[in-house]
Amino acid sequence: MTTVETPLRRRRGLHRTNRLLTVLLALATLTVLAPLYVTVSMAFKTSEQSADGNAFSLPAPLNPASFAEAWQLTRFPVAFGVSVGVAALAVLLTLLLSSLAAYAIARNWAHRFFRWSMIYLLVALFLPFPVVALPQIQLTALTGLDNPVGVGILHAMFQLSFSVLLYTAYLRSIPIELEESARIDGASTPQIFWRIVLPLLGPMNATVGIFAFLASWNDFMMPSLITSDPALQTLPVVQNIFQSQFGTDYNVAFASYLMAMAPTIVVYLLAQRWVISGVTQGAVKH
Amino acid sequence: MTALPTLPAAPDAPAAQDAPARRSHGGRVEPVHYLFLVPTLVVFTAFVVVPALIGIFYSLTDYVGFGEWSFLGVRNYAALFSDPRILESYGFTLGFALVTVVVAQVVALALAVALTRRIRFATTLRTVFVIPMVVAGIVVAYVFNFLFSNSLPALATAVGFGPLEESILGNPDLAWLSIVIVSAWQTIPGALLVYTAGLTSVPNELYEASALDGASPWRQFRSITLPLVAGFVLINTILGVKGYLGVYDVIVGLTGGGPGTATSSVAMTIFGGFTGGDYAYQMANATVFLLVTALISVAQIVATRGRAVRL
Repeated sequence: MTTVETPLRRRRGLHRTNRLLTVLLALATLTVLAPLYVTVSMAFKTSEQSADGNAFSLPAPLNPASFAEAWQLTRFPVAFGVSVGVAALAVLLTLLLSSLAAYAIARNWAHRFFRWSMIYLLVALFLPFPVVALPQIQLTALTGLDNPVGVGILHAMFQLSFSVLLYTAYLRSIPIELEESARIDGASTPQIFWRIVLPLLGPMNATVGIFAFLASWNDFMMPSLITSDPALQTLPVVQNIFQSQFGTDYNVAFASYLMAMAPTIVVYLLAQRWVISGVTQGAVKH
Repeated sequence: MTALPTLPAAPDAPAAQDAPARRSHGGRVEPVHYLFLVPTLVVFTAFVVVPALIGIFYSLTDYVGFGEWSFLGVRNYAALFSDPRILESYGFTLGFALVTVVVAQVVALALAVALTRRIRFATTLRTVFVIPMVVAGIVVAYVFNFLFSNSLPALATAVGFGPLEESILGNPDLAWLSIVIVSAWQTIPGALLVYTAGLTSVPNELYEASALDGASPWRQFRSITLPLVAGFVLINTILGVKGYLGVYDVIVGLTGGGPGTATSSVAMTIFGGFTGGDYAYQMANATVFLLVTALISVAQIVATRGRAVRL
């Protein structure tokens, strides 16, 4: 930076913070915050107040009883447990299958079988779930997988292409010399994978894991179509009871929506630096 | 989350680099590497490819989902093209995807440009803008359903704005707008993060130099920002459009496909085949849908190939 440049820049406002832009952006956050505010305030209203049509009014009096009712109606602990199980299975399967596959593909790129396998797996990147939904509903019913286990497996399957793509790109940036020196020390390939490659994949594991988790945890389409027993539905799916039987008790419905939304929002706010860098990692991995 | 926001370098990138040296059969493959790859190929085939093939097979029959069936050839396909319900669902889905991808990309890019300028509280603002990415689309749709059917009409009545005094969800001409708004709301954060990553890789000196040369902010955006984030626009658009074409959760939560069939997406029509007894017919629909999705993706890649500039 030279002394000639500095006054010029200052005159053009390049080094000052842009107040107007800050204010405009703050106003724009209302598009995100207003629906969240409505969810919270509706959840704490009484049935009478929630029916008056004014979504933006503060709850008066404050009524926390809706949460207990929503908890029971949706059988929250069961739905939450099923959601956790489905997401955990989806994330674990995605991490395991795609990291192993990507490692084999990246290290044997010279071989036709591995190159073609990559292309084969990438097909699903352009395959929307509705295309295969009807046969999948039949096949899962036939094989006894019309339950949360089947949903977890299918979530992992639709995450594979994208995850293998991320892993192979990342693996190419890891020097092969590390593995070779371990091999000279007598380590087997599985040992090398577990002890050296997998730890080195750390940042990409986080990225793949976050995407797999969000896709699975927030999905409505697959569990609602695949799981045949309504008692084993995930948290997003059980919210549909408020669309029919309990149509007017908005306070209970919103208490339930809030309980469904809160876990990921809280985790995100606590770990936002980590989540954002994880997601961004997927974008800039050239 | 229906639309994944990111995609790394082109899938054929490894080939481009390694190709000249060892193209076909360089070296011996360790058997254990097959053990790493083959299980994934097997489950992928069983859970994704086989169902797809079964579906394509049945699309050539009169199968109703159970019992006996016989071959029809391409009669299901021929019938699709003269079925107003099907044509309407494609019209709605394609129009919706086009509008939403434009709206979401423009807003996301504008927000990303603004957030990477010298502003206060940039991190906090970004944190707030990304929140919609982590919540379930169906739940968000239920919340917006209430806002559209109760709060918006109440507000419109209070200020005396006639057209919005009735819920837009019940209006066949306006209901689609609610789906665009909620889908964009939900998918903007992912695109925003990708653009932010792209923009922070543009060195500030470039802007400073062009400012010295007297370039206006709009000129800077057109001549510096846009060419440099073009690759990210492509990634966002491809994955965005694929997600929007499969739109389902948000519609279920907002309109259920109505009023009438005004907001029935292709996905909803296909799922109807499981209860409606026209399984084979809807599999033909699904096959056409697969081709349409693939064609649009390929067209996007071809249309934007070579447009991106890398520093």
